[in-house]
Order: sequence, then C-alpha cells, then structure tokens
Amino acid sequence: MPIATPEERARYHALVHRLTPGRPMVRNTVRAFVVGGLICELGQVIQALFVRYGGFKPTEAGNPTVAVLILLSAIFTAIGVYDRFAQWAGAGSAVPVTGFSNTMTSAAMEHRSEGFVAGVGGNMFKVSGPVIVYGVVSAFFIALIRYVVEHL
Amino acid sequence: MARLGCSTWAFGERQVGVVATSTVAGTLEAQGPLSDAFDLRLDDDRAGQDTWERAEQAMFRRAAEIACEKAATHPSDLDLVIGADLNAQLTSFYMGLRPLARPMLGVYSACASICEALAVAGLAVATGFADVVLVGTSSHTSTAERQFRYPTEYGVQRPPTAQRTVTGAGAAILARGRGKWQITHATIGEIADYGVRSPWEMGAAMAPAACDTLRQHLADTGRSLGDYDLVVTGDLGRVGLDILRHLLVEQGVASAPVAEERVQDCGAMIYDENQPEVFSGGSGAACSTLVTFGHLFREMERGHIHRLLVCATGALLSQVSAQQGDTIPSISHAIAFERGD
Repeated sequence: MPIATPEERARYHALVHRLTPGRPMVRNTVRAFVVGGLICELGQVIQALFVRYGGFKPTEAGNPTVAVLILLSAIFTAIGVYDRFAQWAGAGSAVPVTGFSNTMTSAAMEHRSEGFVAGVGGNMFKVSGPVIVYGVVSAFFIALIRYVVEHL
Repeated sequence: MARLGCSTWAFGERQVGVVATSTVAGTLEAQGPLSDAFDLRLDDDRAGQDTWERAEQAMFRRAAEIACEKAATHPSDLDLVIGADLNAQLTSFYMGLRPLARPMLGVYSACASICEALAVAGLAVATGFADVVLVGTSSHTSTAERQFRYPTEYGVQRPPTAQRTVTGAGAAILARGRGKWQITHATIGEIADYGVRSPWEMGAAMAPAACDTLRQHLADTGRSLGDYDLVVTGDLGRVGLDILRHLLVEQGVASAPVAEERVQDCGAMIYDENQPEVFSGGSGAACSTLVTFGHLFREMERGHIHRLLVCATGALLSQVSAQQGDTIPSISHAIAFERGD
C-alpha cells in the first residue's frame, strides 16, 4: 500500500489539485507589472538626476544609476525589508539589478558566520551564479550569431 | 508490553510515564495563539548567540534544562537522552546537549522525529533498559531555510501551500511507572510516496503517510477514531490537513463531521493564519513537540482531553534529492497518550 501504483498516484494528485489553493496569478501579475515598472521608473529618475546635476552624459549616466539601485537594494536586504517586499511584489522585485543585488547580499549575509573567505567569498554567488554563467554563455552565442550574419 | 498487529507497540498501563515537559518558543510562535502554553517565550530568535545554528542549540539546551528542573531530576540521573533536529548530522541535538554528558541517541525522521524519539524512549523504559529518559527536538526557521531553501533575506515569493519552519525546542522526561501523562502505544510508520515533488507542497506529500499510520494504528489496536478525544498530525498545515480529512473519509476511516471534529494538525494550530508569512501553517521538528508538550498536555491536565494520538509527520527529502527531481518520501509515527491517573 505505501508504494502507490500509478493509478493511485494519479487519483491522489487529482485530489491534491482540487484542494490546493492556487497562486493568485492575476494579483501577482498586476503587482509584478506595477512594481517592476516603478523600479525602472525610479532608475530613470536617478539617471535624469545624474545627467542634470552630476554632469554625466546620458550615455554614461547608466553606470552610476545601476550602482545606486544596487546599493539601495543591498541596504534594504540588510535591514530585512527586501524579502518581505519580494513576497508582496513577486517577480516585480526580481527586476535585474535590484533582484541581483538581493541574491548576492542575502547569500553573503547568510554565510557570514562561516567566515569571510569560505563563507562570504565562497557563497556570495550561490544564488546569482547561474545568472552570470548563463548570461555569459548566451551572450557568447548571440555574439557568434551576429558575427556570422554580419560577415556572410 | 506486547506487539499489536503488524506495527504497534503496546507499552501497557502505567508503564511509561511522562513526568514533565518543557517548551521554548521563538518570537513568531510566542506571538501565536498558543503563546501562554510555552514555558519560555523568546523575544529574539538569535537567543543571544552569534549564529542561527548556535541559537537553535541554545534553545535545545534550555529546553532540556527546564524539563529537568520541572521533573526535579538532575541531568546526571538521566539514563538516556534521545533527540533530533533537522540540521545535517543532528548538530542541534548533539552539540546543544553536549554538556549533559549522558548516553545519547540521535534519531531522524525529519519532522516526525519527536514520535520516533518517544517510541524508542518508551521501548527503553518499558523493557527496563532505562528508568529516566529525556527526549526532545528542535528546529529553527533560519537554519532550515539555509539548509533546505534559500538565504533568509533572499526575496522569493512563496505560494500559499508553503509552510514556515517553527523556531523552538521542546523536551520531555519519561520515567517508568510515574508521571501525569502516560504513553500507551507507539505505531511505527511506513514510507508513503505518492509522487509529490514540490518542496512547497509538504502537506500534500505527507498527508498519505499520516493517513496510513492512523489506519494502521486503529487496525492494530482495534480502536476507532472515536476512541480518541483528539488525533493530531504533525505539520501538514491547513492545506495538508484538508487533504488528510478527505483521505480519511474516502477510505472509510471516519465520517466527514468526525474527521472535522477529531482530527487536527499542530502546524495549523501553532500560528494564526493572519500572522505574517505563515502561509499554510507551521512545520519543522519542533512543531508537533511545542504543540503537544505545551498546549495539548495542558489540555489533558485540565481534563479536556483524556486520550490523545499524535501522528507526527516527516518529509524525508534532502536538498540534493529535491534538486535531482526525486519524489518526496514521507513517514508518520503515532504515539498514544493518556492521563497518568
């Protein structure tokens, strides 16, 4: 009896499916859209401020803008706010730089107790590592495709 | 002392007594509906330690000390210490209780560990190999997050079926032939695996194990659900409890109203559903320990419950098995308690 047959499993999964509350898809999607948009809007405002008051050219203002967003996200992660915000905002909080900063900061904080080298250093990219690996790999292939297309 | 049916141990009347229990509750647990049932309510989950792991060990140690104090037992009088936690190599148990310097047995069946510990302890007491035994478990939301999920501060959205690992520790002192409560039966569970893979659906993964063990216990003892004032499962959560009640009705173990009235879940009891980020309810090795030793034993003492069956439930996954896409095997062990008088 404990090792369930495929039929028993299928019947059980139907019961589980019927009794399991679904993720609130519409609410999650709307929140992700609005919050993700607002974070990008915030980035735009910061960028505009760098151009107007910081003497940056529009093409160069991107880097300090990203640095500010990374810092803000790291601070909110450190004071324990970002994870609660992410539960509310969902995918909206995973918008590249702030989400990325959160993965690194949270991993660094988590493993601080194992020391700076093996702990913080060894685990900082634990959650964000795949993003970097597959970001670089896909960039390579896109560049390869572009090179081939341009030189044909 | 006898074996009943295929997997139930009957310890006999007034053989294995529970002299005293202790509970140490984390902050969110201390703010929950069972708050006043706990001996020690922490206002800081760090418990004055520098790491979460050491905090959990300190909670376990404190729970053991309180249990000894309440039982008026010196740690050197303990013949055996049996316990568990969710950390790899059972570090909370072994490191936390290291100062006791008594014979120790670490056991593991995830969140069903307290019932495994009680069963083994009952066996030792009933056979006379030990007169006084301390059993206990601990869990901590931040150590469990690190081991089984993500960094604590990582922003990830959890589904409504997710559960929160209970922070706390509990212990009990078992002694031969005395105590306000007694353990009459232990039913050792089998693995149940219905192919649930998602670590966010522990309740669904474990409900069949609880159902199997409960059925087996009733068959072995010749009892019915009505013979118990209350049957509690360990940490199925609200979603898993609903599934279990449907299974019990489907398999003819109970009618819908009886299942609704007599079958509850510690994970669904420990938090109020309006508390932040508790989702489907509590889980963890300390979940059933805190609710049983804190709340339910007090209810027995007050005479509201005469006979209690605790079916703690454990999901036997590891982070590696989950990442490799294995299904989640689950287990449930049942312990029957009665008032000692």
